Amino acid sequence: MVGLNMSPINRHARQIEAVVLSNKRVGQYHQIMISVHDLAQHARPGNFVAIAVGGDSSALILRRAFAISRVSHRADYGGTMELIVAPHGAGSRWLCSQMDGASLDVVVPLGTAFGIPTTPVRALLIGGGYGSAPLFGLAEVLKGRGCRVDMILGASTSGKIYAPQEGKRSVTSLNIYTEDGSAGATGKVTDPLREMIADGSVDVIYSCGPMGMLAAISKIAVEANVVHQCAVEESMACGIGVCMTCIIPMRTDSGEVGMMRSCIEGPVMDGEKVQWNLVGKPHA
Amino acid sequence: MHNASTFDFSTKIGHTWFPTPLFTASGCASSGKELAQFFPLSEIGAVVTKSIALKPRLGRPTPRMAETPSGMLNSIGLQGPGIDAFLADDIPWLMTQNARIVVSISGETVDEYSILARRLRSVPGISAVEVNISCPNVENRGLVFACDPVSSRAVIEGVRRTIGGDIPIIAKLSPDVTDITEIAREVVSAGADGLSLINTLLGMVINTQTMRPHLGGKTGGLSGPAIRPVAVRAVYQVHQVLPKIPIIGMGGIRSGRDAFEFILAGASGVSVGTAIFGNPRAIMDVQNELKEILISRGFASLSEAVGYAHREDSTGALQRGADSEESEG
Repeated sequence: MVGLNMSPINRHARQIEAVVLSNKRVGQYHQIMISVHDLAQHARPGNFVAIAVGGDSSALILRRAFAISRVSHRADYGGTMELIVAPHGAGSRWLCSQMDGASLDVVVPLGTAFGIPTTPVRALLIGGGYGSAPLFGLAEVLKGRGCRVDMILGASTSGKIYAPQEGKRSVTSLNIYTEDGSAGATGKVTDPLREMIADGSVDVIYSCGPMGMLAAISKIAVEANVVHQCAVEESMACGIGVCMTCIIPMRTDSGEVGMMRSCIEGPVMDGEKVQWNLVGKPHA
Repeated sequence: MHNASTFDFSTKIGHTWFPTPLFTASGCASSGKELAQFFPLSEIGAVVTKSIALKPRLGRPTPRMAETPSGMLNSIGLQGPGIDAFLADDIPWLMTQNARIVVSISGETVDEYSILARRLRSVPGISAVEVNISCPNVENRGLVFACDPVSSRAVIEGVRRTIGGDIPIIAKLSPDVTDITEIAREVVSAGADGLSLINTLLGMVINTQTMRPHLGGKTGGLSGPAIRPVAVRAVYQVHQVLPKIPIIGMGGIRSGRDAFEFILAGASGVSVGTAIFGNPRAIMDVQNELKEILISRGFASLSEAVGYAHREDSTGALQRGADSEESEG
């Protein structure tokens, strides 16, 4: 791999062979730890990886994108990365079937990360389903900066809540909502939101999860004038900015609507600028 | 046996010489910036830019892609910044990378192609212009110029007249026609120096959950290894009737072996497209593998192998070195 840093796009990204260090089932998800050596130091919460799936003769020709849950440094393996994968389709099922020692073709780290405040703030982290994965790494970083970190997680049912024991250490409070009431309170993550942010007790909201949830959070955040950084979800073919499939309509600085790539200008975007009503709609 | 130091890997389109026959496929490499992180753009034959239109275009709504068996559908709809921003930002940047540049242009009318050609005529650093008359992702199928010999001719004649004789023109054709050789003959007699074969095939996926077409634009262009035999056939047919016209072959190339197949069919260059989505270094891998294969099969140059499959007696001396790779699917 040649180390060319002449392009500002994904300037730390490399294509590497990453070894699977562990693969554990957690609820309805797999927690997969991979070895990424010194690339771990360049990964920020909100960055993602793009992984080739299915092996050399695979009919699955597109890379799969996964949020980086956490990075760490282990004396025995060097830099490692944790991914939370839901075995939904053929590609993610293949990935979840990879055993310890398997080698993966990974491009990492990719995309725009969550913005981290330079002074301690009160942060509210909201995750839907396994969208909570990158929020635990984010919580660690925010806590390290002296921030107060509250977290709300939601899903349709308890098995789809991802909240590992070790992740909870970095949060001041954790509230869980399920639509069927099988864990935590019955309802949606947006139910308590208006009240929680109304009195100015939250400076910034960070969110990750399904687009409908992000849109609903954005509406409330705009009304309350609270900054909202959301990691969006749109299907990608490449993850590196060339295919133009993962676009999100956003208000640009000139006031017009632009089609931004969720892999480059995102996945973390300013919720206020995303034109949620135009997502998936034909445009003039 | 020839070796890497004497082997001639170069190719020519019109008057323009390219050190290698590897091109990015238009629409699969943007304008090169994103790939420069993974390999030096100057090491391949040329960067073929995403088709550029006169005005900025927002493109089609999402979902814009669907993975299919050994392929994908895309429905981008030519999203892009428009020619002004492209000339101001992308061309100068590519020149700083010492990349050879093939600019792909797309218009909605015959006149728009000519206007685009006029804008490019005096721009330094452009190796060739690819005239994309075959993008399937337009609202009106009547706008797929490459489906009609008369419209195809009109576009190429207009571009040729406007751009003058110095910059080679490459016409990109659609396989969604009854006889691709008829269109190829028209555009060549209208002044095209080379042909890009093939653009994507029009396709559709229906989402069985929503029970509606999956793509926002309903239909999309099918690419990837699934279309490779269609592309190889198109190259073979066109090379048979126009053996002197350089063809850039493309459609599902992801290995040197795949590229070799196109060269044997009659292509003197190859483009790597969808494979880049799965592997950002795919084009470098294909380039290295193709060179190795050509050398190991006893060719002294790329040009010696072009159209080899058409030779009556292709079972001679060059058979040596053949191995089990040949039956790859």
